[in-house]
Amino acid sequence: MRSMKLNPRKAMALALLGAAWLVPPTGAAWAQTPAPATFSPPDEAAMPAGPFGDAVKLGENIFRNTPKYAPQFTGNTLSCDNCHMNGGRLANSSPMWAAYVAYPAYRSKNKKVNTFGQRLQGCFRFSENGKAPPLDSKVMVALESYSFWLSTNAPTGAKMAGRGYPKLAKPAEAPSYQRGQVVYAQNCSLCHGANGAGAAAHGAVVFPGVWGKDSYNWGAGMSAINNAADFIHANMPLGLAGTLSAQQAWDVAAYIDSQDRPQDPRFTGSVAATRAKFHNNAFSLYGTTVNGHVLGAAAQ
Amino acid sequence: MYRILCGLMIALIAGLGWPQRSAAAPPQASQCAACHGANGMGNQAAGFPALAGLPAAYLQAQLAAFKSKERANATMAGMAAPLTGSEMAALSDYYAALPVAPAPLPAALPTGPGAALAQRGDWQAGLADGIPSCDSCHGPGGLGVGTQFPRLAGQPALYLAAQLNGWREGTRKTGPMGLMAAVARRLTPAQITAVTAYYAALPADPANGAKP
Ligand code: HEC
Ligand code: HEC
Repeated sequence: MRSMKLNPRKAMALALLGAAWLVPPTGAAWAQTPAPATFSPPDEAAMPAGPFGDAVKLGENIFRNTPKYAPQFTGNTLSCDNCHMNGGRLANSSPMWAAYVAYPAYRSKNKKVNTFGQRLQGCFRFSENGKAPPLDSKVMVALESYSFWLSTNAPTGAKMAGRGYPKLAKPAEAPSYQRGQVVYAQNCSLCHGANGAGAAAHGAVVFPGVWGKDSYNWGAGMSAINNAADFIHANMPLGLAGTLSAQQAWDVAAYIDSQDRPQDPRFTGSVAATRAKFHNNAFSLYGTTVNGHVLGAAAQ
Repeated sequence: MYRILCGLMIALIAGLGWPQRSAAAPPQASQCAACHGANGMGNQAAGFPALAGLPAAYLQAQLAAFKSKERANATMAGMAAPLTGSEMAALSDYYAALPVAPAPLPAALPTGPGAALAQRGDWQAGLADGIPSCDSCHGPGGLGVGTQFPRLAGQPALYLAAQLNGWREGTRKTGPMGLMAAVARRLTPAQITAVTAYYAALPADPANGAKP
């Protein structure tokens, strides 16, 4: 990774042009105050025995340590658990029990009705920078079994409180790379490293990379700064969640999503065309110029 | 030629028999040894922590904090008071380079609420008030990560509990981002007892380290 010189104005101006950022601050961090979650997934100890239980357990292992238990489909060092914390159990950390009952659903990302399995395939392709496991593969059956089990007694099709990451309100000021860099240095680099690469110890990833070749790729949900800001505000810094202001979360999201990361697997051969086709919105900085460097041009 | 070879062999064999030490012990180390052991592995029963193999930067920051009393400990304040910055650096380098004595894996790895807290955390209270697993920063098996997250494995339960209580009560003020103070304040006394017993039972030797 080459280090980047500061030139935030130009980058942000380009990316955020036309976006209605400058809404008057409402004072509320969230677009809508999240309703308290009432659902709790079953206890670990209640995991069933027998072949179904084996599939559930394998699913949990894959979820918590994806590179180890699903290496053939994983292209980076991230685990599902890194972004869906506590094994996909945690409300407001996009828990699996709220997602499982919400599919099949139409997704504008691929303009199709997606089953839950197809939704998971997307996670492998983008967030895991890997390959989509076939729908009948052991990995997919295990992850579906685990998610199904976590959703025990959840009503199908219900709007579950705690789903996704609580949506932040638009920031009072347009997200700034420069302010984000300061937020990052003070609140994130201790764990994720000044170079964003995270840290490993004794053969295991402890702090996941937030950019660079081992992180999520340019097609991932987290590479859009609205998703990243929502996630970060609710979940980070680990152990101090809730201490960042909404503005700080937007700023640091813009900072980490202005760095190099693996190419969008839907790459059409040109960054400009890929931006036009898949990233034509204010939340993706793909294809914009940051510090004289076109994001996405240096395929990792 | 033969003599050179023989000499080499002897040197090699002799080399194998001794733990590798990067430098001679600084003069003050003999005072440290009274509590922390000649091998730097501490004293479980008395609650004196191991220093061997901890990151030099971490050790040096602790000595400075004892001297400034940001980390309040009467004994250590007395020990650190006369030390200059470069003496602290030399002692820290020395202990960081001491080999961690291998310890066998316990017959059965500890289970129960301590293990659960260490490996999974406690998220009952939700995101903002939840307790991340200790391993998520201190690494698998509590073996430590980088220079800021020290090893917990094999440290005396008494010592670890005293630290957690120190953060709760404000007698240990140091540590990056106030992370440990925030986390320790969310722990119940029963959780402190369980999790410190868990780490005390784990081996400190990375080669035999408990698998996450
Ligand atoms: C105390 C250590 C720590 C701090 C400080 C911290 N994180 Fe994290 N972060 C983690 C850990 C550990 C995970 C994985 C969580 C899990 O698996 O449960 C994570 C996960 C993430 C992820 C999702 C996975 C990835 O690598 O993309 C992002 C994004 C992230 N953190 C961003 C941030 C930002 C931005 C900050 C600063 C505001 C921050 N973190 C501060 C430890 C930390
Ligand atoms: C780098 C962080 C990251 C990683 C790693 C990751 N995800 Fe996600 N995931 C997200 C984000 C962000 C969203 C929501 C935004 C979006 O729609 O893309 C999401 C959404 C989802 C959803 C839909 C949730 C809903 O309520 O509709 C599912 C299901 C899911 N992920 C499963 C997984 C699984 C399984 C893995 C591991 C194979 C995984 N994710 C890995 C970040 C991540």
